[in-house]
Amino acid sequence: MADFLLEIGLEEVPARMIAGAEAELGRRVCGLLTRERLLGTKRKLTTYSTPRRLAVLVEGVSPRQADTEEHLTGPSWKVAFKDGAPTAAAEAFAKKAGVAVTALKKVTNAKGEYVGATVKRPGRGAAELLAAELPKEVLGLYWAKNMYWRAGKPERFVRPVRWVIALLGSKVVPLEIAGIAAGKQSRGHRVLHSGKPVLLAKARDYSEALRKAFVVVDVAERRHSIRKALDAATRTVPDARWREDEALIETVVHLTEWPTVVLGDFEPEYLALPEEVLVTVMRDHQKYFAVEGADGKLAPHFLAVLNTEVDDEGRAIIRHGNARVLRARFKDARFFWDFDQKTPLAARVESLKAVTFQKELGSYHWKTEANLRLAREYASWYAIHASATCDRDLCRIVETAVQLAKTDLTTELVKEFTELQGVVGGVYALAQGLGERVAEAIYWQYRPANTEDRIPPTVEGQLLGLADRVQTIAAMFSIGNAPTGSKDPFALRRAANGVIKILAESQLPLDLIRLIRPAVNEAENCSQAKLEQDVRAFFKERLHFYLKDVRGFAYDVVNAVLAADADDVRDAIARAEALTAVRGSEDFRAISAAFKRIKNILRQAEEKQFAIGSAEDVRLSVEAWQFSAAAAALAPEVARLRQQRAYVEALALIATLRPDVDAFFDKVMVLDPDPAIRGAHLALIDEVLRGFSGIADFSEIVTA
Amino acid sequence: MPSSTVSSSAVVLPAKPAALTFQELLFRLQGFWAERGCVLQQPYDVEVGAGTMAPETFLRVLGPKPYKVGYAQPSRRPADGRYGENPNRLFRHTQFQLILKPPPVNVQELYLESLEAIGIDLSKHDLKFEEDNWEGPTVGAWGVGWQVMMDGMEITQFTYFQQCGGLDLDPICAELTYGLERLAAFMQDVDSVYDVVWAHDPETGAAVTYGDVRLSEELQYSVYNFEDADVDRLWAHFNSYEAEAQALLDRWKAIQENEKATAVEKRRFPIMSTYELALKCSNLFNLLDARGAISVTERVGMIGRIRNLAVGVAKAYVAQQNGAASSS
Repeated sequence: MADFLLEIGLEEVPARMIAGAEAELGRRVCGLLTRERLLGTKRKLTTYSTPRRLAVLVEGVSPRQADTEEHLTGPSWKVAFKDGAPTAAAEAFAKKAGVAVTALKKVTNAKGEYVGATVKRPGRGAAELLAAELPKEVLGLYWAKNMYWRAGKPERFVRPVRWVIALLGSKVVPLEIAGIAAGKQSRGHRVLHSGKPVLLAKARDYSEALRKAFVVVDVAERRHSIRKALDAATRTVPDARWREDEALIETVVHLTEWPTVVLGDFEPEYLALPEEVLVTVMRDHQKYFAVEGADGKLAPHFLAVLNTEVDDEGRAIIRHGNARVLRARFKDARFFWDFDQKTPLAARVESLKAVTFQKELGSYHWKTEANLRLAREYASWYAIHASATCDRDLCRIVETAVQLAKTDLTTELVKEFTELQGVVGGVYALAQGLGERVAEAIYWQYRPANTEDRIPPTVEGQLLGLADRVQTIAAMFSIGNAPTGSKDPFALRRAANGVIKILAESQLPLDLIRLIRPAVNEAENCSQAKLEQDVRAFFKERLHFYLKDVRGFAYDVVNAVLAADADDVRDAIARAEALTAVRGSEDFRAISAAFKRIKNILRQAEEKQFAIGSAEDVRLSVEAWQFSAAAAALAPEVARLRQQRAYVEALALIATLRPDVDAFFDKVMVLDPDPAIRGAHLALIDEVLRGFSGIADFSEIVTA
Repeated sequence: MPSSTVSSSAVVLPAKPAALTFQELLFRLQGFWAERGCVLQQPYDVEVGAGTMAPETFLRVLGPKPYKVGYAQPSRRPADGRYGENPNRLFRHTQFQLILKPPPVNVQELYLESLEAIGIDLSKHDLKFEEDNWEGPTVGAWGVGWQVMMDGMEITQFTYFQQCGGLDLDPICAELTYGLERLAAFMQDVDSVYDVVWAHDPETGAAVTYGDVRLSEELQYSVYNFEDADVDRLWAHFNSYEAEAQALLDRWKAIQENEKATAVEKRRFPIMSTYELALKCSNLFNLLDARGAISVTERVGMIGRIRNLAVGVAKAYVAQQNGAASSS
């Protein structure tokens, strides 16, 4: 068994693409070796990557494929040999199989005696196979963005390939990738090991040889050492901690071959800027980690992850350089902040007319007006129906917040840091004395940003977030911009997920139809009835997604619950919880099966155009009568429990119908030939179905 | 040079040899690349937003002919003006633009050598190539590449051009764009670009700063770009330049379709001038934008109009070059 090493040397690969490519290369190499029967029983596959290389080391590769034998069967023995001498048929078969006529044997099977030949196929060498097959695998790697670099455009790849190592044990596999012949020379760190080749004697030397050339090829090791270095650098500041940021860790892991860390400072005066601005500059623009004190507040330091190791002089220079850049960025931010304060948010409403929301619809000024009408509607509904006493300021605060919500789009700070829209508006509102509640509503308007994110903590913020999103969705649908398949260019699914999440996790007394209808009523130049239907279906689909994928309910539970009602989000959750709790019980499974049967029978009846009759004046069997009586007795109590949202109790009660249901289906022919009796039966089961499906459509439950 | 200290470690920065002046920086870069076979061009004399738009890049990258060129290009971005009040933002900055067509296999190493050549000791700095793809929608161009980061600052834009004027490039080329102001501010360790030393008088040692040379210009252009430029006239200029460019492109089309058109007729056709008219449109678009006269909706349409001209020019240029190649 031998070790096989493949290293693709590249110009710096985008950090965001490296992890995926490393894993894919591992899969491809492993797949190829498996396919070609080159993997031994004891094998180990390790993948490596840095910005300048992707590598795979496979231990336990067979130097060549095992030989194989194939048994071929030819014409019948009698045809092939006459009087012991081979005929033309034998000659032809031997030729086809590639063996001498003398090597033909007699094989006997169920049909009789035939001519057989054993063909030996020698296995091919691993080096030969890899040389032929591996380049295709490498060039087949998926990249989010590719480029050409050689004249004539023979191949596309993420960045130019600059060297290739392919070693089987200590021998070079003679392959060529993108015009580069494989060798045994790698390259070390650009600066710390510049110009000097790294010669590999054998495959297994890989990671140690590169380490000597100032390259840590193991990703996990770099991740660990960066975390350690961040800890160590932060310890020099009393009581300080660096802010955990996994995404940023991954980025710097894939930006470095030999990571070290420096701690730098900035002038404490910049701490007067909003923390969000400081963190955004550090994290998104500079890839620095923020440092906080024991109180959790930002401290005037930053941590930069370097791709080099330097002496004290170098550290001082690098620390100084990074601090200089950060200072300039903060200075810019403060300049924007000061400049923006000259025009308060209230004075920016008019200028929203120049900011397009959507070409066919209108400006953000138009959108603000539309949001306002919706928010007013929602707020007054809330004021009337909220279980908690509603304070009198609410409507006024919602109005102000909605009116100013989009004005930060005209500020310099948001133009510079677009990811801070909403946040900037909120911070400005507070600084401009608009009050904490207005500020908070504006601040949180784009939250939740995803299904894991938090919803706005205040009612005003929740109402603003709902109005903004519902308006967008209805308006976009009205001009034919609904999402299709994987295409959702206006992120309407995310907007709807936000609506569902706010409804699910707040205490707002609003259901989807109450949110949707006033938005739909604003639509022009389209059928509002059709629009309402589409938007409701869209929200129902999002609610389905939320219950199933975010809350983890079983799909049949979700189907059952949403078949009963898909407007009240929190109610749907409560019903799904109750249904999940009882669905395992024996009685309930029987009830579910019975409901499925009821539905089928009613469908059949409809197909055959059997009329639903009435139980009056019909002499029913005992079982039918008992079932009817039991259902009638249960109905008011189930309705009462449903009213109180005591769903588990209601469902448990429905499950007590089981003996009567079972007896009914056991003994009674529902579709009786007598139309009067049949009509009465149909009336009975129809009423049961309608009467007890308000919590969930049990027939959707999968019982098998 | 001011000596600076860093509070957290109290390490005093070493006294370093005087950093290059702004003009020396340019000399060194030009010298370095001239020694590696580049043609040194002078700045292009029509307003452009970036060195990429100068014909030495836009036109030369088209077609198969190898070319290596370097030039400093004053680049105008009206909306970036800050009346000379912001230490880092300029209406007009200077790019040192380099085109290597096709890119040599050691292009990155050459680039690093150029940094050493301007006095940057790489062993004392942190260098990263971070993904940054470039797209110029008004000229139908895009490429993939990096922003080269030194100690957390972007010092160069490095792009492998893939398409220009809507045409696929073959061979592709490497475009290196050094931002001279920020590079000089970094090397001279000054916080404001206006404090960058542009030149020293060798006799008196007196420094002429970037601010001495350019501050009033930044102020006045900002006033014009943001306040005085007459929007209606800008529109009129735009339409007029566009019309002239389009008329020329139409004439080129007629020549192309005319079987009797002679090689001389084709060679004489003024594609360069057509391109200049498109550049005028591009600059007027930027001015209108700075004046806030273009809505988001209109913007897309305007970009499309300029792109149309640029794509037309690129196609015409390639056809003309092909004609020249086949007739010679």
